[in-house]
Amino acid sequence: MLQADLNTILPEIILACFAMLSLIGAVYTSKDKAAGLLVWVTAVIYVIVGLFIATRTTPETAFHGMYNADGFARFAKVVILFSAAAVLIMGQEYMARRKILNFEYPVLVTLAVLGMLVMVSAGDLITLYMGLELQSLALYVVASLRRDSIKSTEAGLKYFVLGSLSSGLVLYGSSLVYGFSGTTLFSGILASMSEGQAPLGLLFGLVFMVSGLAFKVSAVPFHMWTPDVYEGAPTPITAFFATAPKIAAMGLFARVVFDAFGGIVGDWQQILACISLLSMFLGSIAAIGQTNIKRLMAYSSIAHMGYALMGLAAGTAFGVQAMLIYMSIYIVMNVGAFAFILSMERDGQPVTDISALKMYSANNPGRALAVLILMFSLAGVPPLVGFFGKLYVLRAAYEAGLGWLAVLGVIASVIGAYYYLRIVFYMYFGESSDPLETPKSPVLWSLLMVSAGIMVLGVINLFGIEGLAEAAAMTLVN
Amino acid sequence: MNNLLSIVTFMPAIAALILAIFLRGEDAAAQRNAKWVALIATALTFLVSLFILAGFNSADTGFQMVEERSWLLGMKYKMGVDGISVLFVLLTTFMMPLTIWASWGVNKRVKEYMIAFLLLETLMLGVFMALDLVLFYLFFEAGLIPMFLIIGIWGGANRVYASFKFFLYTFLGSVLMLVAMVAMFTDAGTTDIPTLMMHDFSSTDFSLLGIHVVGGMQTLMFVAFFASFAVKMPMWPVHTWLPDAHVQAPTAGSVVLAAILLKMGGYGFLRFSIPMFPVGADVMTPLILWMSVIAIVYTSLVALVQEDMKKLIAYSSVAHMGYVTMGIFSMNQQGVDGAIFQMISHGFISGALFLCVGVIYDRMHTREISAYGGLVNRMPAYAMIFLFFTMSNVGLPGTSGFVGEFLTLMGIFQVNTWVALVATSGVIFSAAYALFLYRRVVMGDLIKESLKSIKDLSPREKWIFTPLVAMTILLGVYPALVTDLIGPSVEALIAHHETALAAANRLGDTAAALATSH
Repeated sequence: MLQADLNTILPEIILACFAMLSLIGAVYTSKDKAAGLLVWVTAVIYVIVGLFIATRTTPETAFHGMYNADGFARFAKVVILFSAAAVLIMGQEYMARRKILNFEYPVLVTLAVLGMLVMVSAGDLITLYMGLELQSLALYVVASLRRDSIKSTEAGLKYFVLGSLSSGLVLYGSSLVYGFSGTTLFSGILASMSEGQAPLGLLFGLVFMVSGLAFKVSAVPFHMWTPDVYEGAPTPITAFFATAPKIAAMGLFARVVFDAFGGIVGDWQQILACISLLSMFLGSIAAIGQTNIKRLMAYSSIAHMGYALMGLAAGTAFGVQAMLIYMSIYIVMNVGAFAFILSMERDGQPVTDISALKMYSANNPGRALAVLILMFSLAGVPPLVGFFGKLYVLRAAYEAGLGWLAVLGVIASVIGAYYYLRIVFYMYFGESSDPLETPKSPVLWSLLMVSAGIMVLGVINLFGIEGLAEAAAMTLVN
Repeated sequence: MNNLLSIVTFMPAIAALILAIFLRGEDAAAQRNAKWVALIATALTFLVSLFILAGFNSADTGFQMVEERSWLLGMKYKMGVDGISVLFVLLTTFMMPLTIWASWGVNKRVKEYMIAFLLLETLMLGVFMALDLVLFYLFFEAGLIPMFLIIGIWGGANRVYASFKFFLYTFLGSVLMLVAMVAMFTDAGTTDIPTLMMHDFSSTDFSLLGIHVVGGMQTLMFVAFFASFAVKMPMWPVHTWLPDAHVQAPTAGSVVLAAILLKMGGYGFLRFSIPMFPVGADVMTPLILWMSVIAIVYTSLVALVQEDMKKLIAYSSVAHMGYVTMGIFSMNQQGVDGAIFQMISHGFISGALFLCVGVIYDRMHTREISAYGGLVNRMPAYAMIFLFFTMSNVGLPGTSGFVGEFLTLMGIFQVNTWVALVATSGVIFSAAYALFLYRRVVMGDLIKESLKSIKDLSPREKWIFTPLVAMTILLGVYPALVTDLIGPSVEALIAHHETALAAANRLGDTAAALATSH
């Protein structure tokens, strides 16, 4: 029995061992000198583990239901691992040149990724909290990786203080849930609610947990940390924040609301619909005034989380499928967008001011075109893939009777389109100014191009992700 | 050739891809190559599209040359044409080579310019051929991207404002349509347009936020589609993006905008709003008719006081589109035939008028009416062509402009004489502003120093105008060319509309009048 359980969590064991071994190895040998190599090795390990997870078949649960290895978990894990690998290799050169490529970086990222894998597999309040904290603690440290920068330290501190608060909320909610249901197992909590009726204490617990989780996905009104952390953290770290942790948190969100509270959809649906609506509007409106592209991406991610939550708020299997598709598309777009932001430089210094992009298309037509595609895709304009993400969540929301949310959501997307267009405007319409350097990194170039290529070619069949997401959603909602 | 439609649609896109990949450099040779590739590609597309016309059977009122492949989410890649759409396809392929040829003088980022226009052509053709709701939306919306870039990169001084206004205005209209499409998808379980046309959407009254909605879901869906098509059309009072976009767009951009993009709104009404939501359409008809006549009279008066030639023609376009919506919503054979005819004819005429402005803009770099005068002295050929299109714009019998206006007015007269009365006065206004413009620009003595050395039309420019003149006269003298082609499909559309209304017990005043006219 134990052997089978351990076999089920083999990928996580591999990653944990890898993290600890590389830590020991680096401490006793070359320290930061091998960090560049370690980053590549880590990325390769992620990809291998991702493929391993995608292809193996294991029992659906382990440790008496505390741990899930169903299709939903597998889908989320593969996306997490692949995006983390892409982001790792993307930032390697940037960090090396600024001398912040410490060997702890890949190790901490691995620990965070491990936490994420546990999060999306959680079948128990304790597993949930363990995964959440492992991920968060590692992320607090990487946010302040650039120790001599005030902004980076501030980002780390802010993230830590507010993150702890949200962890506290989750914990408090968990204790209420445990108190009123008498179990920490999700399946037990689900069973304790008879036919759409939940005791008041359980609802309180639900609200606290949802608040804490909303913080992790940076949904309004728990979004305040996002712009500051995005801006302060070194750009490769920001890219990481914008991708893997987001899908992990959404995955955990889906786990909690469906596995533990699937019997009272009506009760949490209104909460999710509400924070989804607020996120879409705040993300779209607040981004208009931003001049820093990292802050802009922060607000953009808030708005996108609003759309993903719209899928979740539907409370149906199709809604989960829509959410998974939306998140996968969102992550590909963000990898591309951050690959571009990382390459924005002038005289060797990173530039994050949007107006520095003036007439970027004149010197770098290829990159400008790729960014144009990504921006229109982020805005949800067909035929780019970003549109299909929106189509899925809108359909899920409408089918679930949330027509009003769909209408308001598309209106928010028009407001949001403005700031994506503004970037296009700077690159194509503006007058030329002090031009940015033509970046040389082939890694960034290829990631940008692949991401933009996916946005265009995905119109054919979304690379088959529809069926995978559907299968994944079916295992969560049944 | 059972994928003829796809071939026609994607030929320009393939040419754009070839340009993007193989053409390098910014020198004169590369620019010339880009222009030739674009011209040849669009001309070939036109020639191939003639096969569509050749293979088209106008007696068949269903969709023809249908192609079907499965796609995402149970949606389909489905293309086809019927009597209503086939002429728009041909209008597009006909206008595009002329547009490209008219852009021979472009010298800024020529390659990108040509790519943008070629992609735009593919997307416009897709709009008219798509037989799947989401596929239609895809082409419809995607067209915004190249047009946004065309206005923004190659436009005039205030291009940024115009391009943002254009994009956000049309985007806002379309996303509401998207929600309605999602609702239709959920209700009918399919996005197949022919199936949806036969689907009976609920028209039971209900209250929404305390408002009693007559016609129920159908009215709501109609309003959502209307938001998109009315902006695209554009109808008063959501037309304000059009003058800005026209004035700032480069000549070719204005031509495409006026000749083809505006027609998507009218096409949308005929393809979606009327067959799919007959009750909703019936509920909204009086409002739309009055909006149309307001557009005709009001924008004609606004056109009268314009200082900028392009703005004047833009307002005249809004007025002419007023006839189109009026014709469509009169819902009888003459009205709808006239509306389609008017759209096709307006495609030639307004395209040509923008080209006329482009001709003198290329020479003088100003569109101010006051900067011109007495051009007839140095540009006799130009004066003649400009006069010809001014007169067709006014609706002179013998030109295609007359047929469309006359048929729509006749159609509306059977439904609502008051609307017809007010709309007819628009004919006089249109003569007033068009002739006033012509007098100020072309007639009189040539007294301005700057105009003393202006040259008449070059052979290239003459060749561009020739097919447009020919088509305008041909359709003016022999309108049956168009009406025979569209007639059966329009008849089927109207019959379907009446059956649906009868089934919903809404054969009220308007519909009763329609029934007696048969």
